[in-house]
Amino acid sequence: MTDTLMVDADQVYKNFGANQVLKGISLEVKRGEVLCLVGPSGSGKSTFLRCINHLESVDAGRLRVDGVLVGYRERGDKLHELKPSEAALQRRQIGMVFQRFNLFPHMTAIENVIEAPIRVNKASRAHAVARARELLDRVGLADKGGSYPAHLSGGQQQRVAIARALAMDPKLMLFDEPTSALDPELVGEVLDVMKALAQDGMTMIVVTHEMGFAREVADSLVFMDGGVVIESGNPREVLANPQHERTKAFLSKVL
Amino acid sequence: MASSGQLRPASGHTPAPDGTGSAPVIKAVRLRHPWRNLIAVVLVVYAAAFLWDAATRKQLEWDVFAKYVFDRRISEAAFNTLQLTVYSMLIAVVLALLLAVMRLSPNPVFKSISWFYLWIFRGTPVYVQLTFWGLLSVIYPTLSFGLPFTAPLVTLPTGDALNVFQLAVIGLALNEAAYLAEIIRAGILSVDRGQEEAATALGMTWSQTMWRIVIPQSMRIIIPPTGNEVISMLKTTSLVTAVPYSFDLFTRSRDISAETFSPIALFLVASAWYLAITSILMVGQYFLEKRFARGIGDARPDKGATADPDALLVDGRGPLGFLRSRGRQKREEL
Repeated sequence: MTDTLMVDADQVYKNFGANQVLKGISLEVKRGEVLCLVGPSGSGKSTFLRCINHLESVDAGRLRVDGVLVGYRERGDKLHELKPSEAALQRRQIGMVFQRFNLFPHMTAIENVIEAPIRVNKASRAHAVARARELLDRVGLADKGGSYPAHLSGGQQQRVAIARALAMDPKLMLFDEPTSALDPELVGEVLDVMKALAQDGMTMIVVTHEMGFAREVADSLVFMDGGVVIESGNPREVLANPQHERTKAFLSKVL
Repeated sequence: MASSGQLRPASGHTPAPDGTGSAPVIKAVRLRHPWRNLIAVVLVVYAAAFLWDAATRKQLEWDVFAKYVFDRRISEAAFNTLQLTVYSMLIAVVLALLLAVMRLSPNPVFKSISWFYLWIFRGTPVYVQLTFWGLLSVIYPTLSFGLPFTAPLVTLPTGDALNVFQLAVIGLALNEAAYLAEIIRAGILSVDRGQEEAATALGMTWSQTMWRIVIPQSMRIIIPPTGNEVISMLKTTSLVTAVPYSFDLFTRSRDISAETFSPIALFLVASAWYLAITSILMVGQYFLEKRFARGIGDARPDKGATADPDALLVDGRGPLGFLRSRGRQKREEL
Protein backbone atom coordinates (compact mmCIF):
# COMPACT_ATOMS: atom_id res chain seq x y z
CA MET A 1 0.00 0.00 0.00
CA THR A 2 2.62 2.52 1.07
CA ASP A 3 4.66 2.09 -2.11
CA THR A 4 1.87 3.69 -4.14
CA LEU A 5 1.96 6.78 -1.94
CA MET A 6 4.14 9.68 -3.08
CA VAL A 7 3.31 11.96 -0.15
CA ASP A 8 2.12 10.69 3.20
CA ALA A 9 1.50 13.31 5.88
CA ASP A 10 0.56 12.10 9.33
CA GLN A 11 -0.49 14.62 11.98
CA VAL A 12 1.86 17.40 10.83
CA TYR A 13 2.21 20.36 13.20
CA LYS A 14 4.03 23.62 12.58
CA ASN A 15 4.39 26.69 14.81
CA PHE A 16 5.82 30.10 14.10
CA GLY A 17 6.64 31.19 17.64
CA ALA A 18 3.39 31.10 19.58
CA ASN A 19 1.35 31.00 16.38
CA GLN A 20 0.25 27.49 15.49
CA VAL A 21 -0.04 27.38 11.70
CA LEU A 22 -0.56 23.67 11.08
CA LYS A 23 -2.62 21.75 13.61
CA GLY A 24 -2.29 18.13 12.65
CA ILE A 25 -2.49 17.84 8.87
CA SER A 26 -2.93 14.33 7.55
CA LEU A 27 -3.25 13.63 3.85
CA GLU A 28 -2.03 11.26 1.18
CA VAL A 29 -1.07 11.80 -2.43
CA LYS A 30 -0.75 8.76 -4.65
CA ARG A 31 1.88 8.41 -7.32
CA GLY A 32 0.79 10.21 -10.49
CA GLU A 33 -2.00 12.03 -8.69
CA VAL A 34 -2.72 15.77 -8.81
CA LEU A 35 -3.90 17.28 -5.56
CA CYS A 36 -5.21 20.81 -5.30
CA LEU A 37 -4.91 22.55 -1.98
CA VAL A 38 -7.37 25.40 -1.54
CA GLY A 39 -8.40 27.64 1.30
CA PRO A 40 -8.42 31.23 2.49
CA SER A 41 -5.10 33.06 2.96
CA GLY A 42 -3.54 32.26 6.30
CA SER A 43 -5.05 28.78 6.30
CA GLY A 44 -1.56 27.21 6.29
CA LYS A 45 -1.70 25.70 2.82
CA SER A 46 1.51 27.38 1.60
CA THR A 47 3.26 26.53 4.85
CA PHE A 48 2.27 22.89 4.45
CA LEU A 49 3.61 22.91 0.89
CA ARG A 50 6.91 24.34 2.11
CA CYS A 51 7.14 21.62 4.75
CA ILE A 52 7.03 18.95 2.04
CA ASN A 53 10.46 20.00 0.72
CA HIS A 54 11.70 21.07 4.14
CA LEU A 55 11.90 24.80 3.35
CA GLU A 56 10.09 24.89 6.69
CA SER A 57 10.78 22.23 9.28
CA VAL A 58 7.92 20.27 10.76
CA ASP A 59 7.54 20.60 14.54
CA ALA A 60 5.64 17.37 15.11
CA GLY A 61 4.22 14.55 13.04
CA ARG A 62 5.64 12.55 10.18
CA LEU A 63 5.89 13.65 6.58
CA ARG A 64 7.08 11.13 4.03
CA VAL A 65 7.87 11.63 0.35
CA ASP A 66 8.19 8.39 -1.60
CA GLY A 67 8.42 6.49 1.67
CA VAL A 68 11.31 8.60 3.04
CA LEU A 69 10.89 10.89 6.02
CA VAL A 70 11.44 14.53 4.98
CA GLY A 71 14.08 16.53 6.87
CA TYR A 72 14.44 14.03 9.69
CA ARG A 73 15.84 10.64 10.50
CA GLU A 74 13.96 8.35 12.83
CA ARG A 75 16.16 6.78 15.47
CA GLY A 76 14.49 4.95 18.34
CA ASP A 77 11.46 6.99 19.30
CA LYS A 78 12.97 10.35 18.30
CA LEU A 79 13.24 12.30 15.07
CA HIS A 80 16.68 13.79 14.41
CA GLU A 81 16.93 16.73 12.03
CA LEU A 82 19.04 16.08 8.94
CA LYS A 83 22.17 18.05 8.12
CA PRO A 84 21.58 20.84 5.55
CA SER A 85 23.53 18.88 2.94
CA GLU A 86 21.31 15.83 3.50
CA ALA A 87 18.16 17.94 3.28
CA ALA A 88 19.52 19.44 0.04
CA LEU A 89 19.89 15.93 -1.37
CA GLN A 90 16.22 15.20 -0.61
CA ARG A 91 15.10 18.42 -2.26
CA ARG A 92 16.69 17.53 -5.56
CA GLN A 93 13.81 15.22 -6.32
CA ILE A 94 11.09 17.68 -5.33
CA GLY A 95 10.51 20.52 -7.75
CA MET A 96 8.96 23.76 -6.58
CA VAL A 97 7.33 26.63 -8.44
CA PHE A 98 6.73 29.90 -6.64
CA GLN A 99 4.05 32.54 -6.80
CA ARG A 100 6.65 35.21 -7.65
CA PHE A 101 8.59 32.96 -10.09
CA ASN A 102 11.90 33.68 -8.31
CA LEU A 103 13.92 33.28 -11.49
CA PHE A 104 17.55 34.29 -11.12
CA PRO A 105 17.53 37.74 -12.77
CA HIS A 106 21.27 37.78 -13.54
CA MET A 107 21.00 34.66 -15.68
CA THR A 108 19.29 34.03 -19.02
CA ALA A 109 16.37 31.60 -19.21
CA ILE A 110 18.58 28.72 -20.26
CA GLU A 111 21.18 29.54 -17.59
CA ASN A 112 18.38 29.44 -15.03
CA VAL A 113 17.44 25.97 -16.21
CA ILE A 114 20.96 24.48 -16.35
CA GLU A 115 22.21 25.97 -13.07
CA ALA A 116 21.01 23.24 -10.69
CA PRO A 117 21.69 20.24 -12.96
CA ILE A 118 25.30 21.43 -13.36
CA ARG A 119 25.95 22.55 -9.76
CA VAL A 120 23.90 19.99 -7.87
CA ASN A 121 23.72 16.93 -10.11
CA LYS A 122 27.18 17.58 -11.59
CA ALA A 123 25.78 17.09 -15.09
CA SER A 124 28.03 18.01 -17.99
CA ARG A 125 27.31 21.42 -19.48
CA ALA A 126 26.57 20.05 -22.93
CA HIS A 127 24.12 17.51 -21.53
CA ALA A 128 22.42 20.09 -19.31
CA VAL A 129 22.05 22.56 -22.19
CA ALA A 130 20.54 19.91 -24.47
CA ARG A 131 18.05 18.92 -21.78
CA ALA A 132 17.25 22.57 -21.02
CA ARG A 133 16.44 23.25 -24.69
CA GLU A 134 14.14 20.25 -24.66
CA LEU A 135 12.36 21.52 -21.53
CA LEU A 136 12.07 25.10 -22.80
CA ASP A 137 10.57 23.68 -25.97
CA ARG A 138 8.12 21.67 -23.88
CA VAL A 139 6.88 24.82 -22.10
CA GLY A 140 6.66 26.61 -25.44
CA LEU A 141 9.69 28.86 -25.03
CA ALA A 142 12.22 27.28 -27.37
CA ASP A 143 13.14 30.69 -28.77
CA LYS A 144 13.53 32.45 -25.40
CA GLY A 145 16.57 30.61 -24.04
CA GLY A 146 18.82 33.64 -24.39
CA SER A 147 16.42 36.13 -22.78
CA TYR A 148 16.89 37.54 -19.32
CA PRO A 149 13.89 37.21 -16.98
CA ALA A 150 13.33 40.98 -17.06
CA HIS A 151 12.63 40.70 -20.80
CA LEU A 152 9.99 38.00 -20.40
CA SER A 153 6.31 38.38 -19.52
CA GLY A 154 5.06 37.01 -16.21
CA GLY A 155 3.58 33.96 -17.90
CA GLN A 156 6.81 33.28 -19.77
CA GLN A 157 8.82 33.68 -16.57
CA GLN A 158 6.62 31.20 -14.75
CA ARG A 159 6.98 28.71 -17.59
CA VAL A 160 10.77 29.06 -17.41
CA ALA A 161 10.47 28.47 -13.67
CA ILE A 162 8.56 25.25 -14.35
CA ALA A 163 11.24 24.15 -16.83
CA ARG A 164 13.89 24.98 -14.22
CA ALA A 165 12.19 22.73 -11.68
CA LEU A 166 11.71 19.93 -14.23
CA ALA A 167 15.40 20.01 -15.13
CA MET A 168 16.15 18.18 -11.90
CA ASP A 169 13.89 15.28 -12.97
CA PRO A 170 11.72 15.54 -9.87
CA LYS A 171 9.30 12.82 -8.87
CA LEU A 172 7.05 15.36 -7.22
CA MET A 173 6.21 18.95 -8.19
CA LEU A 174 4.97 21.56 -5.73
CA PHE A 175 3.19 24.66 -7.03
CA ASP A 176 2.66 27.56 -4.63
CA GLU A 177 -0.07 29.74 -6.17
CA PRO A 178 1.68 29.64 -9.56
CA THR A 179 -0.80 31.95 -11.31
CA SER A 180 -1.67 34.41 -8.53
CA ALA A 181 0.92 36.99 -9.61
CA LEU A 182 -0.05 36.90 -13.27
CA ASP A 183 -2.18 39.21 -15.35
CA PRO A 184 -5.47 37.44 -16.09
CA GLU A 185 -4.72 36.92 -19.78
CA LEU A 186 -1.43 35.15 -18.94
CA VAL A 187 -2.92 32.61 -16.52
CA GLY A 188 -4.06 30.23 -19.25
CA GLU A 189 -0.62 29.58 -20.76
CA VAL A 190 0.78 28.54 -17.37
CA LEU A 191 -2.20 26.33 -16.54
CA ASP A 192 -1.88 24.65 -19.95
CA VAL A 193 1.72 23.69 -19.20
CA MET A 194 0.66 22.32 -15.80
CA LYS A 195 -2.20 20.39 -17.37
CA ALA A 196 0.16 18.77 -19.87
CA LEU A 197 2.49 17.89 -17.03
CA ALA A 198 -0.36 16.23 -15.13
CA GLN A 199 -1.35 14.25 -18.22
CA ASP A 200 2.24 13.00 -18.51
CA GLY A 201 1.77 11.42 -15.08
CA MET A 202 3.66 13.86 -12.86
CA THR A 203 2.66 13.79 -9.20
CA MET A 204 1.68 17.35 -8.30
CA ILE A 205 0.49 19.32 -5.30
CA VAL A 206 -0.96 22.66 -6.34
CA VAL A 207 -1.92 25.46 -3.99
CA THR A 208 -4.29 27.50 -6.09
CA HIS A 209 -7.36 29.67 -6.35
CA GLU A 210 -8.08 28.43 -9.86
CA MET A 211 -11.16 26.30 -9.18
CA GLY A 212 -11.58 25.61 -12.89
CA PHE A 213 -8.15 24.00 -12.97
CA ALA A 214 -8.97 21.99 -9.83
CA ARG A 215 -12.21 20.74 -11.32
CA GLU A 216 -10.67 19.81 -14.64
CA VAL A 217 -7.24 18.46 -13.74
CA ALA A 218 -7.08 17.48 -10.07
CA ASP A 219 -7.69 13.97 -8.81
CA SER A 220 -8.45 15.21 -5.35
CA LEU A 221 -9.09 18.49 -3.63
CA VAL A 222 -8.27 19.42 -0.06
CA PHE A 223 -9.88 22.42 1.61
CA MET A 224 -7.83 23.84 4.49
CA ASP A 225 -8.74 26.52 7.01
CA GLY A 226 -7.14 27.55 10.27
CA GLY A 227 -4.35 24.98 9.99
CA VAL A 228 -6.60 21.93 9.65
CA VAL A 229 -8.07 19.95 6.76
CA ILE A 230 -11.79 20.78 6.71
CA GLU A 231 -12.87 18.70 3.78
CA SER A 232 -11.36 16.63 1.02
CA GLY A 233 -12.40 14.40 -1.82
CA ASN A 234 -13.10 14.35 -5.53
CA PRO A 235 -12.81 17.97 -6.70
CA ARG A 236 -15.98 17.89 -8.81
CA GLU A 237 -18.00 16.59 -5.87
CA VAL A 238 -16.51 18.93 -3.30
CA LEU A 239 -16.93 21.97 -5.53
CA ALA A 240 -20.46 21.06 -6.54
CA ASN A 241 -21.66 19.87 -3.19
CA PRO A 242 -19.54 21.03 -0.25
CA GLN A 243 -20.47 19.36 3.03
CA HIS A 244 -18.94 21.70 5.54
CA GLU A 245 -20.14 25.22 6.34
CA ARG A 246 -16.67 26.77 6.05
CA THR A 247 -16.13 25.16 2.67
CA LYS A 248 -19.48 26.49 1.48
CA ALA A 249 -18.65 30.00 2.74
CA PHE A 250 -15.25 29.98 1.03
CA LEU A 251 -16.47 28.58 -2.26
CA SER A 252 -19.33 31.05 -2.41
CA LYS A 253 -16.71 33.82 -2.41
CA VAL A 254 -14.31 32.39 -5.01
CA LEU A 255 -16.62 30.62 -7.46
CA MET B 1 -17.03 57.97 0.05
CA ALA B 2 -18.34 61.49 0.26
CA SER B 3 -14.92 63.00 0.77
CA SER B 4 -13.45 61.30 -2.28
CA GLY B 5 -16.44 62.48 -4.25
CA GLN B 6 -15.67 66.06 -3.32
CA LEU B 7 -12.26 65.77 -4.92
CA ARG B 8 -13.80 64.91 -8.26
CA PRO B 9 -15.06 68.22 -9.67
CA ALA B 10 -11.52 69.59 -10.08
CA SER B 11 -10.83 67.06 -12.82
CA GLY B 12 -13.94 68.19 -14.67
CA HIS B 13 -12.02 71.16 -16.07
CA THR B 14 -9.31 69.18 -17.82
CA PRO B 15 -9.64 69.44 -21.59
CA ALA B 16 -10.79 66.37 -23.45
CA PRO B 17 -7.85 64.12 -24.33
CA ASP B 18 -8.65 64.22 -28.03
CA GLY B 19 -7.81 67.93 -28.11
CA THR B 20 -11.26 69.11 -29.12
CA GLY B 21 -11.76 70.90 -25.78
CA SER B 22 -11.99 74.65 -26.13
CA ALA B 23 -9.78 75.48 -23.14
CA PRO B 24 -7.79 78.68 -23.92
CA VAL B 25 -4.07 78.16 -24.61
CA ILE B 26 -2.01 79.60 -21.78
CA LYS B 27 0.90 81.85 -22.73
CA ALA B 28 3.34 80.44 -20.22
CA VAL B 29 5.97 82.75 -18.78
CA ARG B 30 8.50 80.78 -16.82
CA LEU B 31 9.29 81.82 -13.28
CA ARG B 32 12.45 83.93 -13.42
CA HIS B 33 15.32 83.60 -10.96
CA PRO B 34 17.15 86.99 -10.89
CA TRP B 35 18.83 86.29 -7.55
CA ARG B 36 20.28 83.04 -8.74
CA ASN B 37 22.04 84.76 -11.60
CA LEU B 38 23.30 87.57 -9.42
CA ILE B 39 24.72 85.20 -6.82
CA ALA B 40 26.39 83.13 -9.54
CA VAL B 41 28.08 86.23 -10.98
CA VAL B 42 29.29 87.34 -7.54
CA LEU B 43 30.68 83.88 -6.77
CA VAL B 44 32.48 83.65 -10.09
CA VAL B 45 34.09 87.05 -9.49
CA TYR B 46 35.21 86.00 -6.01
CA ALA B 47 36.54 82.68 -7.27
CA ALA B 48 38.49 84.38 -10.05
CA ALA B 49 39.94 86.84 -7.57
CA PHE B 50 40.95 84.03 -5.24
CA LEU B 51 42.58 82.06 -8.04
CA TRP B 52 44.46 85.09 -9.34
CA ASP B 53 45.64 85.83 -5.83
CA ALA B 54 46.68 82.21 -5.26
CA ALA B 55 48.54 82.06 -8.55
CA THR B 56 50.56 85.18 -7.80
CA ARG B 57 51.02 84.72 -4.04
CA LYS B 58 54.72 84.37 -3.14
CA GLN B 59 54.04 82.23 -0.03
CA LEU B 60 52.63 79.39 -2.15
CA GLU B 61 56.00 79.05 -3.88
CA TRP B 62 54.77 77.98 -7.31
CA ASP B 63 58.35 77.88 -8.59
CA VAL B 64 59.17 75.20 -5.99
CA PHE B 65 55.90 73.41 -6.89
CA ALA B 66 56.91 73.33 -10.55
CA LYS B 67 60.36 72.05 -9.65
CA TYR B 68 59.08 69.12 -7.55
CA VAL B 69 55.75 68.14 -9.05
CA PHE B 70 57.43 65.77 -11.52
CA ASP B 71 60.41 64.99 -9.31
CA ARG B 72 61.43 61.34 -9.57
CA ARG B 73 61.11 60.83 -5.78
CA ILE B 74 57.59 62.21 -5.81
CA SER B 75 56.34 60.17 -8.75
CA GLU B 76 57.86 57.04 -7.22
CA ALA B 77 56.14 57.86 -3.94
CA ALA B 78 52.86 58.32 -5.80
CA PHE B 79 53.34 54.87 -7.32
CA ASN B 80 54.02 53.44 -3.84
CA THR B 81 50.82 55.05 -2.56
CA LEU B 82 48.89 53.56 -5.45
CA GLN B 83 50.38 50.14 -4.70
CA LEU B 84 49.47 50.43 -1.01
CA THR B 85 45.91 51.31 -2.04
CA VAL B 86 45.49 48.52 -4.57
CA TYR B 87 47.08 45.73 -2.53
CA SER B 88 45.32 46.58 0.71
CA MET B 89 41.96 46.95 -1.08
CA LEU B 90 42.34 43.58 -2.82
CA ILE B 91 43.10 41.83 0.46
CA ALA B 92 40.33 43.77 2.19
CA VAL B 93 37.70 42.76 -0.39
CA VAL B 94 38.47 39.05 -0.03
CA LEU B 95 38.54 39.24 3.75
CA ALA B 96 35.39 41.37 3.88
CA LEU B 97 33.49 38.95 1.68
CA LEU B 98 34.45 36.16 4.05
CA LEU B 99 33.45 38.23 7.09
CA ALA B 100 30.10 39.24 5.61
CA VAL B 101 29.24 35.68 4.63
CA MET B 102 30.30 34.47 8.09
CA ARG B 103 28.16 37.14 9.72
CA LEU B 104 25.12 35.97 7.76
CA SER B 105 25.77 32.26 8.02
CA PRO B 106 23.51 30.14 10.21
CA ASN B 107 26.58 29.01 12.15
CA PRO B 108 26.78 30.89 15.49
CA VAL B 109 30.55 30.33 15.77
CA PHE B 110 31.20 32.04 12.42
CA LYS B 111 28.76 34.77 13.34
CA SER B 112 30.55 35.51 16.61
CA ILE B 113 34.01 35.51 15.03
CA SER B 114 32.86 38.01 12.42
CA TRP B 115 31.14 40.18 15.01
CA PHE B 116 34.25 40.18 17.23
CA TYR B 117 36.50 41.11 14.30
CA LEU B 118 34.30 44.06 13.42
CA TRP B 119 34.14 45.15 17.03
CA ILE B 120 37.94 45.29 17.32
CA PHE B 121 38.82 46.76 13.94
CA ARG B 122 36.07 49.35 13.76
CA GLY B 123 36.44 50.21 17.41
CA THR B 124 40.08 51.37 17.28
CA PRO B 125 41.62 54.15 15.14
CA VAL B 126 43.44 53.01 12.03
CA TYR B 127 46.47 55.09 13.06
CA VAL B 128 46.71 53.10 16.30
CA GLN B 129 46.33 49.85 14.41
CA LEU B 130 49.13 50.81 12.02
CA THR B 131 51.36 51.68 14.98
CA PHE B 132 50.58 48.28 16.45
CA TRP B 133 51.59 46.51 13.23
CA GLY B 134 54.85 48.48 13.35
CA LEU B 135 55.44 47.18 16.87
CA LEU B 136 54.67 43.58 15.88
CA SER B 137 58.33 42.56 15.93
CA VAL B 138 58.68 44.01 19.42
CA ILE B 139 55.65 42.13 20.76
CA TYR B 140 56.32 38.91 18.82
CA PRO B 141 60.04 38.75 17.99
CA THR B 142 59.58 35.48 16.08
CA LEU B 143 56.76 34.01 14.02
CA SER B 144 56.27 30.26 14.28
CA PHE B 145 54.09 28.06 12.11
CA GLY B 146 52.84 24.67 13.21
CA LEU B 147 50.20 22.91 15.24
CA PRO B 148 49.46 23.90 18.85
CA PHE B 149 51.31 21.88 21.53
CA THR B 150 53.83 20.57 19.02
CA ALA B 151 57.23 21.82 17.93
CA PRO B 152 56.78 24.58 15.30
CA LEU B 153 57.56 23.58 11.75
CA VAL B 154 59.04 26.96 10.79
CA THR B 155 60.24 29.82 12.95
CA LEU B 156 61.21 33.17 11.45
CA PRO B 157 62.30 36.44 13.01
CA THR B 158 59.32 38.76 12.49
CA GLY B 159 61.47 41.51 10.98
CA ASP B 160 62.76 39.15 8.28
CA ALA B 161 59.36 37.71 7.48
CA LEU B 162 57.59 41.01 6.96
CA ASN B 163 59.01 44.34 5.80
CA VAL B 164 57.39 47.68 6.62
CA PHE B 165 55.59 47.89 3.29
CA GLN B 166 53.93 44.53 3.89
CA LEU B 167 53.06 45.52 7.46
CA ALA B 168 51.48 48.71 6.15
CA VAL B 169 49.42 46.73 3.61
CA ILE B 170 48.31 44.28 6.31
CA GLY B 171 47.37 47.10 8.67
CA LEU B 172 45.35 48.99 6.07
CA ALA B 173 43.69 45.84 4.71
CA LEU B 174 42.56 44.46 8.05
CA ASN B 175 41.06 47.79 9.05
CA GLU B 176 39.35 48.29 5.70
CA ALA B 177 37.93 44.75 5.69
CA ALA B 178 35.82 45.58 8.73
CA TYR B 179 34.11 48.48 6.93
CA LEU B 180 33.79 46.68 3.60
CA ALA B 181 32.23 43.69 5.36
CA GLU B 182 29.31 45.86 6.41
CA ILE B 183 28.89 47.20 2.86
CA ILE B 184 28.88 43.67 1.48
CA ARG B 185 26.47 42.51 4.17
CA ALA B 186 24.06 45.30 3.22
CA GLY B 187 24.36 44.25 -0.43
CA ILE B 188 23.62 40.63 0.38
CA LEU B 189 20.63 41.58 2.52
CA SER B 190 19.25 43.64 -0.38
CA VAL B 191 18.75 40.49 -2.46
CA ASP B 192 15.23 39.14 -2.13
CA ARG B 193 14.79 36.08 0.07
CA GLY B 194 12.85 34.39 -2.71
CA GLN B 195 16.13 33.99 -4.57
CA GLU B 196 17.64 32.02 -1.74
CA GLU B 197 14.47 29.94 -1.43
CA ALA B 198 14.37 29.11 -5.12
CA ALA B 199 18.00 28.00 -5.05
CA THR B 200 17.44 25.97 -1.87
CA ALA B 201 14.38 24.31 -3.37
CA LEU B 202 16.52 23.23 -6.33
CA GLY B 203 18.78 21.36 -3.92
CA MET B 204 21.64 23.86 -3.93
CA THR B 205 23.63 24.06 -0.71
CA TRP B 206 23.93 27.25 1.29
CA SER B 207 27.38 28.08 -0.05
CA GLN B 208 26.35 27.36 -3.65
CA THR B 209 23.36 29.63 -3.16
CA MET B 210 25.56 32.40 -1.79
CA TRP B 211 28.33 32.33 -4.41
CA ARG B 212 26.21 31.57 -7.45
CA ILE B 213 22.94 33.35 -6.77
CA VAL B 214 23.03 35.92 -3.98
CA ILE B 215 26.46 37.55 -4.22
CA PRO B 216 26.38 38.21 -8.00
CA GLN B 217 23.08 40.03 -7.52
CA SER B 218 24.33 42.03 -4.56
CA MET B 219 27.22 43.50 -6.61
CA ARG B 220 25.00 46.29 -7.93
CA ILE B 221 24.50 47.53 -4.38
CA ILE B 222 28.08 46.87 -3.28
CA ILE B 223 30.03 48.60 -6.09
CA PRO B 224 29.23 52.31 -5.47
CA PRO B 225 30.15 52.48 -1.76
CA THR B 226 33.17 50.27 -2.44
CA GLY B 227 34.40 52.79 -5.00
CA ASN B 228 34.03 55.36 -2.28
CA GLU B 229 36.15 53.20 0.03
CA VAL B 230 38.92 52.90 -2.58
CA ILE B 231 39.17 56.67 -2.83
CA SER B 232 39.08 56.95 0.93
CA MET B 233 41.82 54.31 1.18
CA LEU B 234 44.04 56.29 -1.20
CA LYS B 235 44.14 59.10 1.33
CA THR B 236 44.27 56.86 4.39
CA THR B 237 47.60 55.54 3.08
CA SER B 238 49.10 58.83 4.26
CA LEU B 239 48.88 57.37 7.78
CA VAL B 240 51.35 54.55 7.07
CA THR B 241 54.04 56.78 8.52
CA ALA B 242 52.81 55.30 11.82
CA VAL B 243 54.24 51.86 10.88
CA PRO B 244 56.67 53.61 10.03
CA TYR B 245 56.72 53.33 6.24
CA SER B 246 58.08 56.53 4.76
CA PHE B 247 57.99 56.10 0.97
CA ASP B 248 54.34 56.98 0.40
CA LEU B 249 53.34 60.23 -1.28
CA PHE B 250 52.53 62.26 1.80
CA THR B 251 55.49 61.19 3.98
CA ARG B 252 57.92 61.60 1.07
CA SER B 253 56.68 65.12 0.34
CA ARG B 254 56.99 66.03 3.99
CA ASP B 255 60.53 64.63 4.18
CA ILE B 256 61.60 66.60 1.10
CA SER B 257 60.02 69.74 2.51
CA ALA B 258 62.07 69.28 5.68
CA GLU B 259 65.22 69.58 3.54
CA THR B 260 64.05 72.41 1.30
CA PHE B 261 62.14 74.38 3.96
CA SER B 262 59.18 74.72 1.63
CA PRO B 263 56.38 72.73 3.26
CA ILE B 264 53.55 74.60 1.53
CA ALA B 265 54.77 73.95 -1.97
CA LEU B 266 55.36 70.26 -1.30
CA PHE B 267 51.98 69.77 0.29
CA LEU B 268 50.49 71.33 -2.83
CA VAL B 269 52.53 68.85 -4.86
CA ALA B 270 51.18 65.95 -2.81
CA SER B 271 47.61 67.29 -3.06
CA ALA B 272 47.89 67.60 -6.83
CA TRP B 273 48.95 63.96 -7.09
CA TYR B 274 46.22 62.73 -4.75
CA LEU B 275 43.67 64.72 -6.74
CA ALA B 276 44.95 63.31 -10.03
CA ILE B 277 44.81 59.70 -8.83
CA THR B 278 41.36 60.22 -7.29
CA SER B 279 40.09 61.64 -10.58
CA ILE B 280 41.28 58.55 -12.43
CA LEU B 281 39.67 56.27 -9.84
CA MET B 282 36.39 58.18 -10.13
CA VAL B 283 36.32 57.60 -13.87
CA GLY B 284 36.88 53.90 -13.20
CA GLN B 285 34.06 53.85 -10.68
CA TYR B 286 31.70 55.50 -13.14
CA PHE B 287 32.25 52.76 -15.70
CA LEU B 288 31.99 49.96 -13.12
CA GLU B 289 28.67 51.32 -11.88
CA LYS B 290 27.35 51.56 -15.40
CA ARG B 291 28.40 47.99 -16.05
CA PHE B 292 26.62 46.58 -12.99
CA ALA B 293 23.46 48.65 -13.46
CA ARG B 294 22.94 47.09 -16.90
CA GLY B 295 20.54 44.30 -15.96
CA ILE B 296 18.26 46.74 -14.17
CA GLY B 297 18.47 49.63 -16.59
CA ASP B 298 17.05 47.72 -19.52
CA ALA B 299 14.18 46.01 -17.70
CA ARG B 300 10.90 46.48 -19.54
CA PRO B 301 8.07 47.43 -17.20
CA ASP B 302 5.57 47.21 -20.04
CA LYS B 303 6.16 43.48 -20.31
CA GLY B 304 4.37 42.54 -17.16
CA ALA B 305 5.92 41.49 -13.87
CA THR B 306 9.70 41.39 -13.87
CA ALA B 307 12.06 39.40 -11.74
CA ASP B 308 13.78 42.43 -10.25
CA PRO B 309 13.50 42.84 -6.47
CA ASP B 310 10.83 45.53 -6.86
CA ALA B 311 8.54 43.07 -8.56
CA LEU B 312 8.34 40.98 -5.42
CA LEU B 313 6.22 43.55 -3.67
CA VAL B 314 2.51 43.10 -3.53
CA ASP B 315 1.41 45.27 -6.42
CA GLY B 316 4.04 43.83 -8.73
CA ARG B 317 5.49 47.24 -9.51
CA GLY B 318 7.48 47.98 -6.38
CA PRO B 319 8.16 51.31 -4.72
CA LEU B 320 9.40 52.94 -7.91
CA GLY B 321 6.75 51.46 -10.11
CA PHE B 322 4.81 54.71 -10.31
CA LEU B 323 7.89 56.50 -11.63
CA ARG B 324 8.23 53.96 -14.40
CA SER B 325 4.64 54.13 -15.50
CA ARG B 326 4.81 57.91 -15.38
CA GLY B 327 7.92 57.83 -17.52
CA ARG B 328 6.13 55.62 -19.96
CA GLN B 329 3.15 57.94 -20.09
CA LYS B 330 5.47 60.80 -20.91
CA ARG B 331 6.95 58.92 -23.83
CA GLU B 332 3.49 58.18 -25.15
CA GLU B 333 2.56 61.84 -24.93
CA LEU B 334 5.52 62.91 -27.02
